[in-house]
Amino acid sequence: MSSSGLRVVWVYPDLLSTYGDQGNVLVVERRARQRGLTVERVDVRSDQPVPTSGDIYLVGGGEDRPQRLAAERLRRDGGLTRAHENGAIIFSVCAGYQILGHEFINDLGQREPGLGLLDVISVRGGGERCVGDVLADVDETLALPQLTGFENHQGVTQLGPGVRPFARVRLGNGNGTGDGTEGAWSGTVFGTYMHGPVLARNPQIADLLLRLTLDVPALPAGDDRWYDALRAERVAAATQPA
Amino acid sequence: MAESAQPLSARARLAVTAGKAAAAVSRAAGRGSGSGIGGRGALKPDPDLLARLAGHLDVVLVSATNGKTTTTRLIAEALRAGGEVVSNALGANMPAGITSALSDGSDARYGVLEVDEKYLAGVARDVSPKAIALLNLSRDQLDRAAETRMLAERWREGLQGSKATVIANADDPLVVWAASSSPNVVWVAAGQEWKDDAWSCPSCGGGLDRPDDVTWRCAECGFGRRAPTGVLSGDKVLDPPGAPWQIRLQLPGRANRATAAIAAAVAATFGIPPQVALERMQAVAAVAGRYDVVGYQGRDIRLLLAKNPAGWLETFSLIDPPPTPVILSVNARGADGTDTSWLWDVDYTRLAGHPIAVIGDRRLDLAVRLEVAGVGFRVCDTLQEAVQQSPPGRIEAIANYTAFQDMRRTVGN
Repeated sequence: MSSSGLRVVWVYPDLLSTYGDQGNVLVVERRARQRGLTVERVDVRSDQPVPTSGDIYLVGGGEDRPQRLAAERLRRDGGLTRAHENGAIIFSVCAGYQILGHEFINDLGQREPGLGLLDVISVRGGGERCVGDVLADVDETLALPQLTGFENHQGVTQLGPGVRPFARVRLGNGNGTGDGTEGAWSGTVFGTYMHGPVLARNPQIADLLLRLTLDVPALPAGDDRWYDALRAERVAAATQPA
Repeated sequence: MAESAQPLSARARLAVTAGKAAAAVSRAAGRGSGSGIGGRGALKPDPDLLARLAGHLDVVLVSATNGKTTTTRLIAEALRAGGEVVSNALGANMPAGITSALSDGSDARYGVLEVDEKYLAGVARDVSPKAIALLNLSRDQLDRAAETRMLAERWREGLQGSKATVIANADDPLVVWAASSSPNVVWVAAGQEWKDDAWSCPSCGGGLDRPDDVTWRCAECGFGRRAPTGVLSGDKVLDPPGAPWQIRLQLPGRANRATAAIAAAVAATFGIPPQVALERMQAVAAVAGRYDVVGYQGRDIRLLLAKNPAGWLETFSLIDPPPTPVILSVNARGADGTDTSWLWDVDYTRLAGHPIAVIGDRRLDLAVRLEVAGVGFRVCDTLQEAVQQSPPGRIEAIANYTAFQDMRRTVGN
């Protein structure tokens, strides 16, 4: 982190912000400020260079064609890859998660190269879209509470040996591979199919990103009353469907 | 039924009767107006019914993400200057509800029909409309609807070869792209505050340049705004053929003036002078409960419906300034979409300074959203509780679809 504070970079809101993706940016920003950090939020449009000096990069979900355009432009730009080499934290969602992998299937039905920052390959599932609430146990090495979120995708993402599953679903589909894995992570790069504002339901993940950036084992506790109430309600709703 | 035009077959008559019976059962069971259910019953026996019921009418179709019901109502008011109108005024806008509404329209001259975005192309094929009004397209219920651009693409395909005059908003790139497949378009610059679904070109995916508040053009393929024949400016439509149109409405806000501008342009295509049309629109004070001010527990509650980010944005711009209290209510039932992610696309910092109460099934989603926005709020279990905590006077109550219906029931609207 630079002396001027925490730099949070939102990658391509013009292409990768389909439904509430701004939520992840707002939650990271808010929780950092509540811990007394100065935060600089940088929204980078796809016709601008991705800065390489950010601390946390958030990459959102997108529709099929914007996803291809985003992948093309991120490959050409190279900034996100260089930021990764500099040790930045990257948290990605849905289409963004697929872009961080080796390749995915684009809107033209062709294999589109990703950035290769996660050892995953995505294809398109043949069945119905995965839509609905998800409940999952996060990789125990991350020591986080249960993951609650909403998925809306048709991707199937195969994990290679270079990543670990981010979580294992109790309810919902996650990676769509049928083996119960959801998302992937390796070092400072995370990907999940929980879309849009997943950090609003899982503020501990936002705190994980901050802890990794600050390289501290814990953060001062905040007033998480409303987050906790929302989590409890969503977990209960997921385990007892109406 | 339909004595004035092609007589309906015995099968069609039976279908209409069956549909009406289902609607009556639905009404008796207290499930709303019954217009959705009635049509579902009616469609099953005879899929061609819609085409036949509309056969003798001059039909106008209205579609958009936001403002469909209000626009439909305003167009209906305007066209009554020229003859009787049948309309799905209660917002039952899928083929079933449309069929149900039309089954009451045997003596009408005009059919003014709100159509769900997903069904526009199909309904346009079935009823051979004279005019189609297209207002806006933006993200809405993505857990059950197609991607926004896909909707525009379906519109575009559906309008190709249509004989209808399309009255389209020149300020919404997705609408312009959809409408420009039609040979006969009247462009009205009706504005579009929400821009977050149109940063890239609907045609080629290139970046859209927006050098000012009005102009937009694709840097790569050149696709851009069309020259409008009418421009909404404050409470006037400028540069139409003839004199400027003065808009006077009881309905509040910029979005409703946009709606009126489009509705007047539709009326003009039927030979009704815009000033006559706009004068008739002035009589509308509320639309299916929307914008109604209701006395409840000694307060005046204004009922406002907002279902998606673009709708909330327009609604925030029309509410009374602080310290007017605001009640927000959000559900995520089937008709709302079960995903509340869209709350994070709404800029709730715009409500700073208003006392805020949150209610509804998903009030905890609202609570976290407002907490992160740094805006103060109270969580209440019921509308009554939220109202009791407000001083006497005006309260702005903003709700999404089923939350809005709940609120209307509670206040007896």
